[in-house]
Amino acid sequence: MARVTLKPSTDVALAGGGARVGPSASSARRDGWRRRLPLLPALIYVILVTQIPFVLTIFYSLQDWNLLRPEPARFTGLQNYAVVLSDPSVRIAVWNTVVLTICAVAISVVFGIGIALLLNRDVFGKGVLRTLMIGPFLVMPTAAALMWKDTLLNPLTGLVNYVLGPIGLGRVDWINQFPMASIVGIEVWRWTPFMMLIVLAGLQSQNQEVLEAARVDGARALQMFRYITLPFIRPFVELGALLGSLFIVQSFDVIFMTTQGGPGEATTNLPFLLYLVAFQGFDIGKASAIGVVAVILTMIVATFALRTLFTIFHVEARR
Amino acid sequence: MSVAAARPRSRGIMVSKVAWSALAWVIAIAFFFPVLWMALEGLKTEPQAASIPPTILFVPTLMQFQEVLSRDFPPYLINSALATFGSTLLVLILGLPAAYALSIRPVKKSRDVLFFLISTRFLPFAASLVPLYILARNLHLLDNIFALVIIYTTINLPLGIWLLRSFMLELPHELVEAARVDGAGMRHELMRIVLPLITPGIAATSLICLIFAWNEFFYAVNFTTSTAATSPIFLVGFISGRGLFYAKLAAAATLASLPVLLAGWFAQKQLIRGLTMGAVK
Repeated sequence: MARVTLKPSTDVALAGGGARVGPSASSARRDGWRRRLPLLPALIYVILVTQIPFVLTIFYSLQDWNLLRPEPARFTGLQNYAVVLSDPSVRIAVWNTVVLTICAVAISVVFGIGIALLLNRDVFGKGVLRTLMIGPFLVMPTAAALMWKDTLLNPLTGLVNYVLGPIGLGRVDWINQFPMASIVGIEVWRWTPFMMLIVLAGLQSQNQEVLEAARVDGARALQMFRYITLPFIRPFVELGALLGSLFIVQSFDVIFMTTQGGPGEATTNLPFLLYLVAFQGFDIGKASAIGVVAVILTMIVATFALRTLFTIFHVEARR
Repeated sequence: MSVAAARPRSRGIMVSKVAWSALAWVIAIAFFFPVLWMALEGLKTEPQAASIPPTILFVPTLMQFQEVLSRDFPPYLINSALATFGSTLLVLILGLPAAYALSIRPVKKSRDVLFFLISTRFLPFAASLVPLYILARNLHLLDNIFALVIIYTTINLPLGIWLLRSFMLELPHELVEAARVDGAGMRHELMRIVLPLITPGIAATSLICLIFAWNEFFYAVNFTTSTAATSPIFLVGFISGRGLFYAKLAAAATLASLPVLLAGWFAQKQLIRGLTMGAVK
């Protein structure tokens, strides 16, 4: 049975921790450290590879340092931030990141809900349908992106134009004429199955008796969806949208393989801009400043995200 | 419901079932089609793969697969396998004791630790990319598979801990309690009692680690060039193919996608749970 249980269950923590208070303070402390010991390697590892580099990123962002130039790094204070914040490329990249994330998540959530509702009905070959549906999510994104670009959306040899030819749409160069829409389309194709899986798990855990009772009381299908099913799957939808946006904000592979951020800067998002500055320009100072800006923006989004997580946690606690 | 009462309605139900099924199949095939097309293109000859209009009917050939495998692709696949299995193993070695310390014998403030861990998973890679690159450069670990193992472990460890923990929380309390009364030490408790009981959890965790590590591209493209390059990097070579290598590209893309595709298909149940860090079962 599917169930949203985003709760680091505190009851277990309390029961375990409370019962084990030793006879003296020092043995309790010893027990505390004994408990912590198995956790430490993982915790230290994570801190070493994520937290310390982040502190270094802040440090580098205050320096004028380019790996292509012979001069050593030089402290310049907030100058990199002045450059980054007044740089139109950065503003465009932030905008593109927001557009790509919101569009891709919103569309794939709507598609995901629709397809999940469909697969939750009594249809033939459910298992096969689900197996086919998750294909796009499992295929290597770089591989899928290249196949879309070269064999499906290609203006001359692509299958999409071949199919659309009879209705007079046969000459479109999708990736160059509609770069952002193409990227959004590929991401939607990839993430719809993800959303569908989560919503479907939610639907399958729905109490059938409640639905049956509503049907007996004469509720219409639309009413039942609006007042019973939708509130029930809401936490699942929120979870899917939340995880999806955290992944799509970081999308890089599809852009790298199809548009290379172009034409111009039309599809350059923050990860791709960072790649350009760090690994094409080797501007360590500026790249670090962009990194810090990206972290701040993500923290704003993540605050909302965490609030959602905690709402789910509270709903669960009240049950 | 008696048979007699069901009969008048059954035809209507059947019609609607067929209609909804047809719609479901059309949508599912549309979503799956690009995957199928990728495999089909790989079974064509080069002129067929780049023909105008696209070749629909053809005699399949394994030539492209043979050519890709007999030439330069295998080293990339081996690197992918090394990075994937190395990092997955490391996630299990570090993650199992950590999950244990966050579920069965929980430390104080387990919740804070859990949320700290998951926050690192969603920290943009921008946060630590430059220092990691400089460090790898100074330690001569650029283009070394070891650097990818370290990074992929970091990516997967928080997810792995959450997931393993969600399985450990489901263990019957009495079982662990009984072992504790028998005086089993923590190491014994973890290795002899918990570990055998959560093999499904270990499988689910490994699957998720496999998917993310095998398909990872950003670090692979920036931290490796040739010796340690993984399979998505091989595909980068096809970016400006201009119609000459579509069939070969498709064959390579199919081969590169196959391990994760098969693993995900075989373990669909674990997939949902893994992707949501154990939140949805």
